[in-house]
Amino acid sequence: MSALPRASELGLIACTVCGLVCRNVPGDARLDGDGVGDDMACPRCGTTLHRRKPDSYVRTWALLIAAFILYIPANVLPIMRTASLNDVDDNTIISGVVELWRAGSPNLAIIVFTASIVVPMLKFLALGTLLVSSQRGSGWARVQRAKLYRLVELIGYWSMLDVFVVALLTALVRFSVLSLVEPLPGVIFFGLTVVLTMLASMSFDPRLIWDGKDTDD
Amino acid sequence: MTDDSHIEHGPPGGDELPRPVVKRRRFNASLIWLIPALAALVGLSLVINNWLQAGPQITISFQSAEGLDAGKTPVKYKNVVIGRVNKIHLSGDRSHVLVNVALEKSAESFASKDTRFWVVRPRIGLGGVSGIDTLLSGAFIGADVGDSNEYEDEFQGLEAPPSVNHGAPGRSFTLHSDDLGSLDIGSPVYYRRIQVGRVASYQLDKDGKGVSLQIFVDGPNDKFVTRSSRFWNASGVDVSIGANGLKLNTQSLATVLAGGVAFQDPPGPHDGTPAPEDNEYKLFGDQATAMAPPDGTPHYIRMRFEQSVRGLAVDAPVEFLGINIGKVVSVRLDYDEQKQRFPVLVGAVVYPQRLGAAYDKLEALAKAHGENPDLSRMIGRLVDHGLRAQARTGNLLTGQLYVALDFIPKTPKVAFDPNAKPLTIPTAPGSFDKLQEQMAGIVDKLDKVPFDSIGRNLDQTLAGLNRTLKQVNGETLPAVRDTLHGVQRTMGTANDALAGDSPLQQNLGATLEQVQRMARSLRVLTDYLGGHPESLIRGRRPDAKPADVKPVNTTPAAIQPVQGSKP
Repeated sequence: MSALPRASELGLIACTVCGLVCRNVPGDARLDGDGVGDDMACPRCGTTLHRRKPDSYVRTWALLIAAFILYIPANVLPIMRTASLNDVDDNTIISGVVELWRAGSPNLAIIVFTASIVVPMLKFLALGTLLVSSQRGSGWARVQRAKLYRLVELIGYWSMLDVFVVALLTALVRFSVLSLVEPLPGVIFFGLTVVLTMLASMSFDPRLIWDGKDTDD
Repeated sequence: MTDDSHIEHGPPGGDELPRPVVKRRRFNASLIWLIPALAALVGLSLVINNWLQAGPQITISFQSAEGLDAGKTPVKYKNVVIGRVNKIHLSGDRSHVLVNVALEKSAESFASKDTRFWVVRPRIGLGGVSGIDTLLSGAFIGADVGDSNEYEDEFQGLEAPPSVNHGAPGRSFTLHSDDLGSLDIGSPVYYRRIQVGRVASYQLDKDGKGVSLQIFVDGPNDKFVTRSSRFWNASGVDVSIGANGLKLNTQSLATVLAGGVAFQDPPGPHDGTPAPEDNEYKLFGDQATAMAPPDGTPHYIRMRFEQSVRGLAVDAPVEFLGINIGKVVSVRLDYDEQKQRFPVLVGAVVYPQRLGAAYDKLEALAKAHGENPDLSRMIGRLVDHGLRAQARTGNLLTGQLYVALDFIPKTPKVAFDPNAKPLTIPTAPGSFDKLQEQMAGIVDKLDKVPFDSIGRNLDQTLAGLNRTLKQVNGETLPAVRDTLHGVQRTMGTANDALAGDSPLQQNLGATLEQVQRMARSLRVLTDYLGGHPESLIRGRRPDAKPADVKPVNTTPAAIQPVQGSKP
């Protein structure tokens, strides 16, 4: 791979929006997103030009950490209150899964468990792995890592399943006295977690995977 | 657009590739760390909030966890949720369940020493139905907070809701009774048949000889409980047959079934000041006993009957000159070795106060004499005057006996020990017993009468009489009738003969006239003979004077009738 010339080696930089390839301006400013300095803009569309997404590691780390922090209350706090005639039930994500399993719909339970527990956890793990390996400039399984990143990007919004369920139920089940479904604060934290993981995966620049130690970065 | 002009400049400046526009960077990358910081802040605030919100953890023990659900069952005070059941587990000895409750911060004061907890479940009792809403909402734990400031986190849960909430207006009182009867926690307390309170709790006395009940009378009716109020057990039906006829007295139907307590002030002058909290009263069996004047201190007396006391039962009345002053409490058999007999020991409780003024006077008299105004002394003196106990028949139909203390005249003196414990009152054979003896004597004599032969003879006699009567009826009576007819006829004849206008009567009148005339002549004759006795021999002298002629004339006339009447 290193046999192929890199854009930086050729002194080129591409606009990520309009695709215009410009001549890189070396020395004028540091352009690899680490420090503070001057920015270049695409001469055609005005988009700021970066060789890599600016501060990718920092931003991804920050967002990932924030998402992880919020993931704790999202799981601890109840996300939904179902009140039927003689029962008021506050469910956290995991207790909802347990209840579904007990109620005799294990497939549903598995789906919710996958969407709400497995997927976010996988995202944390995957992004963490990508970040660490990329930062260390490891050349290990680069293609697989790239695929992993694409997978993370793809499944990102599907984790919102729980939030959708709560929102739908809340809207649909309103027989005030007989039964009632109410969202509880947990769902906000869960939503924030999903959004932050999505932002984190967005702010990660997959090109970093290919920047090995053998390069100048 | 300004950038466009830049592009124009670009290509001629270098290669065919455009040069980017260089701008001043505005964004500081490290600002992104604000997001995790914010998240951490939110998380931290949640933790702090949770920590601040968390109230004390308490443990309540219940007999069973029926209806309780870990994580769900709320703890409510006045229907406000103040906590939630966390965990339920068995106690070490498996005798009860321990319920872990997380109280809310605001309900911290509930973790104090005299807070009470109970499970509210639907309950159906004679007094009504409660907790029906829990059928739908599920059971919850009710709480009632007390005054104490002492912290406590282990509680003994009540099995039934307390009947009195803390701080409710009203006062509680203590009643003492021999037994609980049909009363229960929550049984109503009535004043003039209006429910004004309820039984809050009960427990056995420490010595096991009675029951203490706590009742709670709601305000503002608690002011009707005075120092002299009388409480009685209002359960059951009170039927009394008196001179006025049958009287049926009950409280409400619920009371008849479930029991209840009623109270009222006694009639007459009494202390009407409201009673203080926790004042103690005696719980009487019924209204009549409750309203009776106070009995004062009971005294135990013992009597020793030599004869059978069949019909004398425990609770039989003890009467002094007809006034009920106590009751029999025990009837036991004893054995007298010397006499080889079985006397009966009868124990009784008497209330001298029931004698009223008499007792007061006796007491005053004893004091005036400088004696110890003791019941035993007083009874001793009464015994000297002939006071004896007798078992008398109270009811001829059932043969029930009662004990009568009465003055028996001409009774043999007995030794009386006023210091004996218990006080033993000498007895006299009951009047009924004497009667029985006399009756026995009569029966003995009657036994000797040969009723059999008498009966036989009587039978024969009656048969003879029967025959005689038949004869009389058949033969004698017709003859008698005939005779009577004859008599009747005779009487008719006699009647005719005696009638005023009968010839016999007229003849008789004429005859009597003749007899009268004759008598007159006879007198004249005798007069003449008296004056002239010689005429009997010589005959009548010729009349000397014309005056004497008349009597001479009359004489033959007088004689004539005599002569005539003779036939």
